Amino acid sequence: MTIQLDSKIPPGPIAEKWSYAKAHYKLVNPANKRKYDIIVVGAGLAGASAAATLGELGYNVKCFVYHDSPRRAHSIAAQGGINAAKNYRNDGDSIYRLFYDTIKGGDYRAREGNVHRLAELSVNIIDQAVAQGVPFAREYGGALENRSFGGVQVSRTFYARGQTGQQLLLGAFQALERQIALGTVKQYNRHEMLDLVVVDGHAKGIITRNLVTGKIESHSADAVVLGTGGYVNVFYLSTNAKASNATAIWRAHKRGAAFGNPCYTQIHPTCIPQSGDYQSKLTLMSESLRNDGRIWVPKAQGDKRGPREIPESERDYYLERKYPSFGNLAPRDIASRAAKEACDDGRGIGPSGRGVYLDFADAIKRLGRKTIEERYGNLFEMYHDITAEDPYEMPMRIYPAPHYSMGGLWVDYNLMSTVPGLYVIGEANFSDHGANRLGASALMQGLADGYFVLPVTIGDYLAGQFGKKVQASHAAFADAETSVRQRVSALVNAKGSRSVDSYHRELGSIMWDYCGMARSADGLKEALQKIRPLKEQYWRDVRVLGNGEEPNQALEKAGRVADFFELAELMCIDALHREESAGGHFRVEHQTPDGEAQRNDEEFLYVAAWEYKGEGNEPVLHKEPLLYEEVKLATRSYK
Amino acid sequence: MDLTLHVWRQKTRDAEGGFVTYRAENISSDASFLEMLDVVNERLIEKNEEPIHFEHDCREGICGSCGMMINGVAHGPVGGTATCQLHMRHFKDGDEITVEPWRARSFPVIKDLIVDRAPLDAIIQAGGYISVNTGSAVEANTLPIPKQIQELSMDAAECIQCGACVAQCPNGAAQLFTAAKVSHLGLLPQGQPERYERVVKMVETMESFFGSCTLFRECEAVCPKEISTKFIERMNRDFLAAKFKPSKEPVAQ
Repeated sequence: MTIQLDSKIPPGPIAEKWSYAKAHYKLVNPANKRKYDIIVVGAGLAGASAAATLGELGYNVKCFVYHDSPRRAHSIAAQGGINAAKNYRNDGDSIYRLFYDTIKGGDYRAREGNVHRLAELSVNIIDQAVAQGVPFAREYGGALENRSFGGVQVSRTFYARGQTGQQLLLGAFQALERQIALGTVKQYNRHEMLDLVVVDGHAKGIITRNLVTGKIESHSADAVVLGTGGYVNVFYLSTNAKASNATAIWRAHKRGAAFGNPCYTQIHPTCIPQSGDYQSKLTLMSESLRNDGRIWVPKAQGDKRGPREIPESERDYYLERKYPSFGNLAPRDIASRAAKEACDDGRGIGPSGRGVYLDFADAIKRLGRKTIEERYGNLFEMYHDITAEDPYEMPMRIYPAPHYSMGGLWVDYNLMSTVPGLYVIGEANFSDHGANRLGASALMQGLADGYFVLPVTIGDYLAGQFGKKVQASHAAFADAETSVRQRVSALVNAKGSRSVDSYHRELGSIMWDYCGMARSADGLKEALQKIRPLKEQYWRDVRVLGNGEEPNQALEKAGRVADFFELAELMCIDALHREESAGGHFRVEHQTPDGEAQRNDEEFLYVAAWEYKGEGNEPVLHKEPLLYEEVKLATRSYK
Repeated sequence: MDLTLHVWRQKTRDAEGGFVTYRAENISSDASFLEMLDVVNERLIEKNEEPIHFEHDCREGICGSCGMMINGVAHGPVGGTATCQLHMRHFKDGDEITVEPWRARSFPVIKDLIVDRAPLDAIIQAGGYISVNTGSAVEANTLPIPKQIQELSMDAAECIQCGACVAQCPNGAAQLFTAAKVSHLGLLPQGQPERYERVVKMVETMESFFGSCTLFRECEAVCPKEISTKFIERMNRDFLAAKFKPSKEPVAQ
């Protein structure tokens, strides 16, 4: 099978493409919808909103999560907010401006058509969430409140304290639970998808492992939707939840779904620095803090004085200095690189020298402690819990950390992958953020995909699938089950010498050193030379105790880390091939004289979609050219 | 620091469990409680012993996955914090720590410190939502919500469904959890149409799984989000009001 990339962008002017598409999709009549089974894997913002909405439409939905409840998905940890072009602040915002900001923020590597649709739907998301009872922050008059996020000059971010992701996910979760009660959605908790089943080229089901009994099971459907999140846990230390993994999308990739832009990963500038070897993850401090916090390092190298002993004149507020018009709200990729630069220059702070200050002293003086408490109270508490330092008294110490993957499975405008019938939504797809995602846009995309896009586009496919149902008794399911069982038993029976985590840490540190904030051809080649033997050693030498017939967390991790090894290779291959810098992908060979990312639009104005060619074979690159009809390509400037 | 742990080990739901003692040596006081367990587990694996199973995910105190009884207290000795945000600096060198799964009849043990909390989802399914299909929402600013009401609703909505309230309650009651959701939705104008029907359905489902509330208020003391038992009073008022309302007759809100 060769992959043909057809983005299926609808014709017409940018602002009318989505309306045109909706007017031309095939529909499934209401009475027939219940005859279709749809599998949704994952119940974060994208998965839960999709499963609930498909249930409301009358489809038969089966929703699978590896957690004990759909509400645990990692969307719940999103802090700062969600963007929407409501223009409630009368500050010149519009759908076009949100579209433009997102294209520019993504360093001109996203599809115009998708991004405009996202901006259009942003306003519907806020309406839907408010109707569900999401308690967004309000003004005293009762109207919705907004704040600013990076890379934009308007206030369009809606928020619920520092727990916006939690509240939006609860909205979607409650809608999902309602459908479960109504019987349109059957919920499978503690089930992990371990393979995709493809019959005659179409996605027809999945293989799962019951995480309590260990039972390997087949589930058939007329379409499969993956909303399984991103893959930056490939770095081991990241802001993602411990279980966040790439297994579902990687299995699908190996069954024929092309992987789009795997090297585009986001390093978030404001996270609590690592404090010791025992560290299990990194904690994000929301970008919203940059509304009021000022980032600085000492001007002098190796300045060991306490932050309050360093006078104003000896501080370098480097973001304000380098990017006066955006200041502390420069986009994430730029803010992260600037922090790295300051630390590489010997001006980093804290015990490790890998940190910069995020200082609220001025804001507290200007607005009073109470206002700051209202805006960021829970974040300050979390910082205090973790570091034992009081950010009201001392500036926070922060450092960049892996946070989000813009890359993911390639999908067309309808969110369908290169495997017909396999849809990919939310962070799991590559679609809307180009090479860098702006803050408060992940929630927007997850919910736009789940509530408004997928439930419409999937009908267009299903209408052509009437009468083509495949049962789980089909031989393809038995084959896939066998391969899953072999994998599980290979991991349990390796009986080697080292734990899964020890391998994961080693892989993560290779990726962070060579495929993190700064990448070079030599470094990436070295990474590939290190990853391949380590992967082989892993399969021989990993130690997974217990067996596959009972709850076994080490076994769960072992399967995920095995997939991270393969994904890591593809990330390095993609990063090596992309001989330019764009957004979060920074190749040291390609920078402007003042150290900014230098794109090469002549040669790399395309989506890199990689096709899997079997164990031991090089993946094959397919290119989807990016057409910019609306926005003029320019060098990104936040100065 | 060096610690002695007494940890509940139980292989499966039906297996007999018991305490096993482990030495946790050379633990950093900056590590979280779960990171301390990670270190213990890595050493167990080295010795070819199966690691301690415990539920966890975000490790930022928001997903609600983690939770264990630490010296008999849900989420441990520091108030307003989930186990993942509890740091070892709150313990002393040489401490003995007893670690058990949530104690509640409604939460059977799945393995070691992992329990089955499915009944909490069942309460949400009974009515913990506002029935509004995708696409049928009105414009978001159509209904103004007083800031004080939104803030109070948010105080309740912060619940992370960890189950600590149930685990700490001598009766194994789930009133605080249920009241938080009833109040989050019942306080908002959008939640009014189903307000009384919701509280009845949720309370009745709750009672089918959990014990009764006798106002010990231990739930409030261990809640990682410090949710107030005032919401239980509020839920009780709504429940009584619902019971005294004439049934089936539409009532203007």
